[in-house]
Amino acid sequence: MKTFRIGGVHPAENKLSAAEPIKVAELPKVAVFPMGQHIGAPAKPVVAKGDKVKVGTMIAEAGGFVSAPIYSSVSGTVLKVDTVVDASGYAKPAVYITVEGDEWEESIDRSTELVTLNDRPELTSKDIIEKIKNAGVVGMGGACFPTHVKLSPPPGSKPEWVIINAVECEPYLTADHRLMLEHADEILVGVTLLMKAVNVNKGYIGIENNKPDAIKLMTERAKQFSQFDIEVVPLKVKYPQGGEKQLIDAVVGRQVPAPPALPVSVGAILQNVGTAYAVYEAVMKNKPLFERIVTVTGKSLAHPSNFLVRMGTPMSQLIDACGGLPEDTGKVIGGGPMMGKALMNTEVPICKGSSGVLIMNDKEARRAEAQPCIRCAKCVGACPMGLEPYLLSKLSAYADWERAEAEDITSCIECGSCSFTCPSHRPLLDQIRLGKATVMGIIRSRNVK
Amino acid sequence: MANQLTVSLSPHVHSGDSVSKNMYGVLIALIPALLCSFIYFGLGAILVTAVSVASCVFFEWAINKYMLKNSQTTICDGSAILTGVLLAFNVPSNIPLWILILGALFAIGVVKMTFGGLGCNLFNPALAGRAFLLISFPVQMTTWPVPGQAFMTVDGETAATPLALLKQMAKSDDLSAIDQMPDSLSMLIGNTGGAMGEVCELAILIGFCYMLWKGIITWHIPVSIVATVFVFAGLLHLADPLHYANPVYQVVSGGLLLGAVFMATDYVTSPMSKKGQIVYGVAIGFLTIVIRTWGAYPEGMSFAILIMNAFTPLINTYFKPKRFGEVVKK
Amino acid sequence: MNVILIAVIVLGAIGLIAALVLYFTSKKFAVKEDPRIGQVNEVLPGANCGGCGFPGCGGMASACVKAADAGSLEGLNCPVGGQPVMEKVAAILGMKVEASAPKLAVVRCNGTCENRPRTVIYDGVKSCRIANTTCMGETACAYGCLGCGDCVNACQFGAIKMNETTGLPEVDTTKCTACGACAKACPRNIIEIRTMKGAKKMGVVVECMNKDKGAVAMKACKAACIACQKCVKVCTFDAIHVENNVAYIDPEKCRNCRKCEQECPKKVIHAINMPALKPKPAPEAAATAAKPAAAPVKPTSPEAPKAPAAPKTEA
Repeated sequence: MKTFRIGGVHPAENKLSAAEPIKVAELPKVAVFPMGQHIGAPAKPVVAKGDKVKVGTMIAEAGGFVSAPIYSSVSGTVLKVDTVVDASGYAKPAVYITVEGDEWEESIDRSTELVTLNDRPELTSKDIIEKIKNAGVVGMGGACFPTHVKLSPPPGSKPEWVIINAVECEPYLTADHRLMLEHADEILVGVTLLMKAVNVNKGYIGIENNKPDAIKLMTERAKQFSQFDIEVVPLKVKYPQGGEKQLIDAVVGRQVPAPPALPVSVGAILQNVGTAYAVYEAVMKNKPLFERIVTVTGKSLAHPSNFLVRMGTPMSQLIDACGGLPEDTGKVIGGGPMMGKALMNTEVPICKGSSGVLIMNDKEARRAEAQPCIRCAKCVGACPMGLEPYLLSKLSAYADWERAEAEDITSCIECGSCSFTCPSHRPLLDQIRLGKATVMGIIRSRNVK
Repeated sequence: MANQLTVSLSPHVHSGDSVSKNMYGVLIALIPALLCSFIYFGLGAILVTAVSVASCVFFEWAINKYMLKNSQTTICDGSAILTGVLLAFNVPSNIPLWILILGALFAIGVVKMTFGGLGCNLFNPALAGRAFLLISFPVQMTTWPVPGQAFMTVDGETAATPLALLKQMAKSDDLSAIDQMPDSLSMLIGNTGGAMGEVCELAILIGFCYMLWKGIITWHIPVSIVATVFVFAGLLHLADPLHYANPVYQVVSGGLLLGAVFMATDYVTSPMSKKGQIVYGVAIGFLTIVIRTWGAYPEGMSFAILIMNAFTPLINTYFKPKRFGEVVKK
Repeated sequence: MNVILIAVIVLGAIGLIAALVLYFTSKKFAVKEDPRIGQVNEVLPGANCGGCGFPGCGGMASACVKAADAGSLEGLNCPVGGQPVMEKVAAILGMKVEASAPKLAVVRCNGTCENRPRTVIYDGVKSCRIANTTCMGETACAYGCLGCGDCVNACQFGAIKMNETTGLPEVDTTKCTACGACAKACPRNIIEIRTMKGAKKMGVVVECMNKDKGAVAMKACKAACIACQKCVKVCTFDAIHVENNVAYIDPEKCRNCRKCEQECPKKVIHAINMPALKPKPAPEAAATAAKPAAAPVKPTSPEAPKAPAAPKTEA
């Protein structure tokens, strides 16, 4: 079975909510929309206090090319434009909307009927990208890179394949898994749209083989789109298979060179399976991105579940719907346990990139005390980028930026395999991340000169 | 909000691996070899192991407490116990105990703790301890008891090791040495003279399999050492079968397997990348045969490993793991 | 006899050859160095702290010589040796050095454990830089001290210590050389290398950096500047300005009259190296403190554009 070639670890999967059908979460009383929900320039609010909005009304426009507009997920009145503590742990500008009723913009097609490219043959690549851009679709896997930017490869590069990331290699999370089981057709239409957008004939959907039901279903349904060559690729379970470089390596066996090379340099356009679904809704149903599937899970939680959530809903509401925040909660994580962000409080709103909410108890939450490095080389063996985490973290701690750059610190994808595997419980990634950010800053300022 | 949340950077989960798990894993892998040495050398072996472990642990504790004034105790991680067992494995079972304690002091006090303790030492403590004893007390260190005489007193008969006989064979034209040599099979199960832990090769192989299965070590170092020894000794044997023993014999004799499996793979003193580990293993194998064949000592394993320990930082600098995407670049 | 003769000849020959080789190599590969660099290096403290901005004292020495050749020693200052050392340097180079004002590192945060309630537990590497990327810190203030002690580690002179009860670093003004290492280490720029007045290095500082609106800041920290403007109004020298919701006292304009210190409702403004104020107005004390400060001190402005300063609690 295929997988990526270098390193990797195998954390306990803990897919507690894999068998839970997607439930529709209740509307919040007040929805909060942070303006920085994506990589790139934050969106600029276009509403003011007292404005009435409907579901699907634009509340903030894109702040640049690498940016995305934000749409209201609720109908009601703008309460204020203020700040909210988001997943980054800092207060960021946000729009607050008091929810009144549930009135949708009329342009949105709310029927569940499947619309395929055969029904809309007039759609061109340009149309599709324009619609995606206007709908504010960003990568739904967590990185939140605006999708239209990814679909506009730099001149000179030629996309050959669209690869759909349905790996869901993060432990605990089941949102993508459930989405595939319940909306396979829509996802596949989304894939065809993406393929048409970048004008390629071959599509891959990479799924780890701990989801055999999804592999079977997607393979079967893909047959009805025979005019498109879509292949479902079962992959061996290994973290971080969902990293874009790792997935390209696993599926087509090509390795993207070190930064600043993009995946398209080897011919691959990568999109998350949730993005494919959002693309379908944006293009075929005229529905901007304002809701998503979120897994709310944790060993101590009474009922781990998957929800269809309107963005802006505070996480505390979802946690309550799963039986409430347990007494012994030590950590609330936005995203999965390997790359998610620990949150400062449970009022953080669900954003475009919130794939999950993970509750950990006090004991799970605490890191063990770091011991001296015994140079066991397990981090070197685990690093999927072929780096030497023990060395990078040391160079970073000693602020030897020149050598850190020479040792390719900027190639780090921050997957956390090194810290995960370290028998001495050393916080390798903490140090490396700081070093990477510093070195990137040095490189940027050098390029400016 | 009622309870304060904990905030830290990702990842938020851990494999559950720990230093002590690895150390005790190696100790478990050493159990077969330990049992064999008890069977072959009896009470003496038990006594030597116990004294060696106790003195290593004591020295580490004492140095930590009274010299480094460290409040954190490191003796529970099992590394000192491991050094103790490995040191015991490298000495004859009839060694005078005061010599052994001196060796433990050198291993822990000089080789490990002066560099800063676990993770900082340049040389493998147990091997350095052995080399220290071998140079300081050559007679006591090379007087091997005859195995298979359990519950013997320490003053029993002594036997020449197969390697000493090999040396004799290489150095002279006296072919009578060949007749005295045990066959390969009895070497495999350990029915020969030698240091406590190195005689039973089969038990060491069991330990090797256990460590591979548990993921404590990778195959690279042991396999590259054994393969190099086999190839190099094989070439010599082909050139002159009368003076150079056959390669199988070289592999199963002496401390080669013990060194390859338990000593050369010591985390702290071996290279980090797979490439580096293979270079390290090949160099150790080569040096071992060179010392065994032309050197002054019959056994070259421990010196070969110590020499390569010194080269480990250099190997780490020049042999980097293959970076992701490098293939494409070329 | 022969043996002795041979030995003498051989050794003599070796000595001669070696001497010749040494002589020629030293001639051939001689590096010409301005002798003044060595002389200047002699009078520098030799701490190699880098506080002057050059790589160690050697770097400073060559920079001084170069600057002297160019005509002026302006901008060069050894923060460790201070005025006396720079005067010696100037004497060697035949220059005059202008008096530079004394400086101190000042911690502009007063969010003690008591003032700033803890909201989350940070469980990561004890490094401010890393804590700063994790979240806003253990409290609800995104501008205040993180308390991991990067400044303490950066200080070469043992002048900063963590106060265990307050959780804030404290500068020992007698040891501080204003080398700026702590200010560079602080990811939140809380530490300012500030121009002080007089031999006692006195000054008045707003010990808060919180740029949040008053209500938000107040919630996060009892000792936060709420930008109430009272200090601005009371200042007769136009030294205090509020920008980004936080007050800042311009050290060049401030005359250390301490009126603002009394006025601040949040007790954010603190005097450094000055006796504690008596409970209520003590105009005479303030006036006397102000007089020596008015002496001709020419301070170089530190961070010019930064205008805010904030109040802190407790004196």
